[in-house]
Amino acid sequence: MKKPKEELTTDQKIRRRTFISFGLFGLYAAGAYGAWRWLYKSPDEPLTVTGGAHKPLRKALNKTEIFFRRLTFNENHLVKTYPKEMAAKNVRHNSDIGSEGVLPPEKWNLQVTKKNGQVMQISLDQIKEIPKTELVFDFKCVEGWDQIQHWAGARFADFIKHFGLDEEAKLDYVGLETPDKQYYVGIDMPSALHPQTILAYEMNDKPLQGKHGQPLRLIIPVKYGIKNLKRIGSMNFSNTRPRDYWAEQGYDYYSGL
Amino acid sequence: MRWTHWINFPVLTIMIWSGMLIYWANDEYSITIFGHTFVRFFPEWYYKLLHIPSHLAEGMAFHFLFMWFFTLNGFFYVLYSIISGEWRYLLPNKQSFKEAWQVLLHDLRIRKTAPPQGKYNAAQRIAYTAIIIMGLGSVITGLAIYKPVQFYWLTWMCGGYHLARIWHFVLTICYVLFFLVHIIQVILAGWNNFRAVVSGFEVVNEQPQPAVKTTKENEEA
Repeated sequence: MKKPKEELTTDQKIRRRTFISFGLFGLYAAGAYGAWRWLYKSPDEPLTVTGGAHKPLRKALNKTEIFFRRLTFNENHLVKTYPKEMAAKNVRHNSDIGSEGVLPPEKWNLQVTKKNGQVMQISLDQIKEIPKTELVFDFKCVEGWDQIQHWAGARFADFIKHFGLDEEAKLDYVGLETPDKQYYVGIDMPSALHPQTILAYEMNDKPLQGKHGQPLRLIIPVKYGIKNLKRIGSMNFSNTRPRDYWAEQGYDYYSGL
Repeated sequence: MRWTHWINFPVLTIMIWSGMLIYWANDEYSITIFGHTFVRFFPEWYYKLLHIPSHLAEGMAFHFLFMWFFTLNGFFYVLYSIISGEWRYLLPNKQSFKEAWQVLLHDLRIRKTAPPQGKYNAAQRIAYTAIIIMGLGSVITGLAIYKPVQFYWLTWMCGGYHLARIWHFVLTICYVLFFLVHIIQVILAGWNNFRAVVSGFEVVNEQPQPAVKTTKENEEA
């Protein structure tokens, strides 16, 4: 025989509901904490062109890149430019990995590997034949600082046209490396072809000096400073991501602004 | 309300923590008035205590994942408030600003009586609406420094890249201050109030009202 269910008193109801609620709340808190521990302790990704980040976080970075590239990247979105007078006289630099000391421009050539494997040797004078583009903009470092700087050189898109690299520019990425291969970056082609991306050989109206990446460096305002490779030695094109110095150390590969 | 509140708590904690990992790489902010620095964000011992130095990349990776949860959660909260009509209890009205002052005086034990209130008092209405606007502000200033070229108009709205980063930082400090006051208020409000935020019900002791007796006049009418 079943005992007829007794009506619960109000106090019992309150206690019961409080117990259930706090039980669920405790479960939620434990679950959230567990999920956090899992994520925080998750192993690093294996080293490929990227490295140094927790595996799930790298996945998230790559997905987020796709989202923002599709939704927001537009070559007509230009970085804000400033009058020359506002440019810093004392231009900040962080590191000179791969671009220490002085490399006389006459002893330097840019090596461009074409799709068919042919290697072009391009001198600085040849690059200077391309109409000069000047840019005064707010340079942004991944660390969080920014500074208005004045650069000049050949627009990357003009460079492609001038040297007949249109077929190469149809590939997804361009890879740039310093002559000693110590520092290297990979850039997605839409960012490289952005009208404000330049191969710079002048800063503040003078040829590049000292630690600023002479004789030729990349200035790409749609990326953080870490992608603005100093002293470009070689250039190659591919449909897969070229290796990237900072992406190997846990930073976002895209690092787009 | 409860759900988004308890999702927001850990998410915001992670956002602030990862934000500090990022901020450390260029920690230039301080409160300086007439050449005297009152607060420096942050002193060395503080960084050491929380193991902050040299985790910029990790901080960014966490920040750019949890920004999604923070934004979506805020979006759902606002959506829910609109659909459920809860916003009526939350948005400040004409009297709120005057009453909020009275609530403040009352809470500080300066004034004896508090103004009449509904589900939330006037000060709460202002605080809880402000925190949502601040959340929106964090998303906007965040996007402004995250994609300053693609969202150039947002960056412009925030007064430029440099200023946007400062706003983003100031908002974070405001969250921490909000949190401190919030915790004090929760403790003062007591157990029943806290239980309500977890369980969704509140215990109200009401004196039984005498049933209204029907009179003959009513029956005739």
